[in-house]
Amino acid sequence: MLAMPKPISRADVAHVARLARLRLTDDELDQFTPQLAAVLAHAADVEALDVTGVIPTAHPLPLRNVVRVDVVRPSIDRAAVLAAAPNVQDGQFRVPSILAEES
Amino acid sequence: MTAGVAPTAVSIAAEVRGGTRSARSVVEEHLARIAEREPAIHAFNLVLRDEALAAADAVDAAVAAGDDPGPLAGVPVALKDNLCTRGIPTTCSSRILEGWRPPYDATVVERLRRSGAITIGKTNLDEFAMGSSTENSAFGPTRNPHDLTKVPGGSSGGSAAAVAANFAPLALGSDTGGSIRQPASLCGVVGVKPTYGVVSRYGLVAFASSLDQIGPFATTVHDAALLLEIIGGHDPLDSTSIPSPAPSLVDVLDRGVDGLRIGIIGELAGEGIAPDVLARLHEAANVLEKAGAIIDTATIPAAMYGLSAYYLIAPAEASSNLARYDGVRYGLRVDAPTTAEMNELSRTAGFGAEVKRRIMLGTYALSAGYYDSYYGKAQKVRTLIINDFAKAYEQFDLLLSPTSPTTAFALGAKTSDPLTMYLNDICTIPSNLAGQPAMSVPFGVGDDGMPVGVQLLAPLQGEPTMFRAAAVLEAAMKETSR
Repeated sequence: MLAMPKPISRADVAHVARLARLRLTDDELDQFTPQLAAVLAHAADVEALDVTGVIPTAHPLPLRNVVRVDVVRPSIDRAAVLAAAPNVQDGQFRVPSILAEES
Repeated sequence: MTAGVAPTAVSIAAEVRGGTRSARSVVEEHLARIAEREPAIHAFNLVLRDEALAAADAVDAAVAAGDDPGPLAGVPVALKDNLCTRGIPTTCSSRILEGWRPPYDATVVERLRRSGAITIGKTNLDEFAMGSSTENSAFGPTRNPHDLTKVPGGSSGGSAAAVAANFAPLALGSDTGGSIRQPASLCGVVGVKPTYGVVSRYGLVAFASSLDQIGPFATTVHDAALLLEIIGGHDPLDSTSIPSPAPSLVDVLDRGVDGLRIGIIGELAGEGIAPDVLARLHEAANVLEKAGAIIDTATIPAAMYGLSAYYLIAPAEASSNLARYDGVRYGLRVDAPTTAEMNELSRTAGFGAEVKRRIMLGTYALSAGYYDSYYGKAQKVRTLIINDFAKAYEQFDLLLSPTSPTTAFALGAKTSDPLTMYLNDICTIPSNLAGQPAMSVPFGVGDDGMPVGVQLLAPLQGEPTMFRAAAVLEAAMKETSR
């Protein structure tokens, strides 16, 4: 059996928010921590189940290796895609510099 | 206002195809009703007035030229605003997609157009379909047409309300944990979650990809069957699409339930379900029994764990699916000196509280050290639920349960406590986890006079049998209201 995880802490929520690229205010951390803890506490019934030998289900249908015929067919026009982008240059998506940001 | 008054999709299409009524007059009639009641209900994020009238004129021109516009000729359809419509804003009721115009149509939208249907608007939803009341919309809540102080359910609350208010005889929604069936129940209309893979998900903005399924709302079982026949069937653009044609449903509606074995799910017919909802459930069982079905109690022991498993699996898949909203290719961008900051500020500004909660819950359930005890365990529970259903379907052709534990609740009643809100989905979630079809059929009202739905459940691709039973329940309701 797996050990029961500790209840999610304020620091855990802050860490998860960083992983998910979300910036939370102190008030939001205060609000979200008990809410997430309550949902995870409800999930404790699942944790307590003995599922030794049960094969996990990732997907409800027994479909395997779905491939289409390898023929060229039209796809969405590049200009139509770029038209929805916040910033575009020379037919490409433009973003701020990414090389210096880890310093 | 009651659903039975306005013409059905079947009758509209027959008149328009036969040239006895113009599509324009149909659309104008529905637009007039929208103009009157939409300000109070807020079913729509966008009403496509000019586009709908132009499409109606095209249908009328086709009829005048002797062409058949298709089986839904001139029928207004409301689309949940998480279905991509080319060149027409598709918001998912989120600030992060506000103003986005998709460069392509969802497969269901394309199939509707080919059938002569007319898109009349994009309906409100809980942001990214995460919720059970449509109160999580960034653009304000939708109200229940039967009582404006009550929620319509969710997440497809706008589509359910649009059909209940006769803004359109048909609507499409998406159902990840009950998001078609629960609002259908609360608004007193028919709502169907088909077998996973029967309807293409191409162009449905992803929430939890192994659970999401598009399905119909309608005022009658016949209309719902027709709509599902039109949107269903294999689509090479969705790799999870079942490689077979849509099920034949309209032709089997009158076959009755004589000899069918129908089980009431014991775990979903007791504690936690309101007494008036349970009373309607047992009345529905009696109707089916009188029509020749054999009724007994079925047991799905793992159903009790469905809610917990769902609220680990769905957020986990959502946290991955919603990683695409990064301010780079479409949607909201908040400018910042670095790309990492731009990603973070865009997501922080663009997502509402419930979406943030689910993303964090999912990220946590998938994170190192917790994967096995949360996500991995939940996937095994999913197997247990599938196994329990398989055992039940050795004894039964169909299962029966309430759709929602209660009738529609007041706006604001459950917004402060996410877990209480999640409990709304207790009866609907098992079918999503198992990929199986289920539908909600209106069956009377509760003590508060608000609609009650009963849920019919079937094994994979069991829609024809499910619709037969739905037709029997509907006929009984018509009989009592006469």
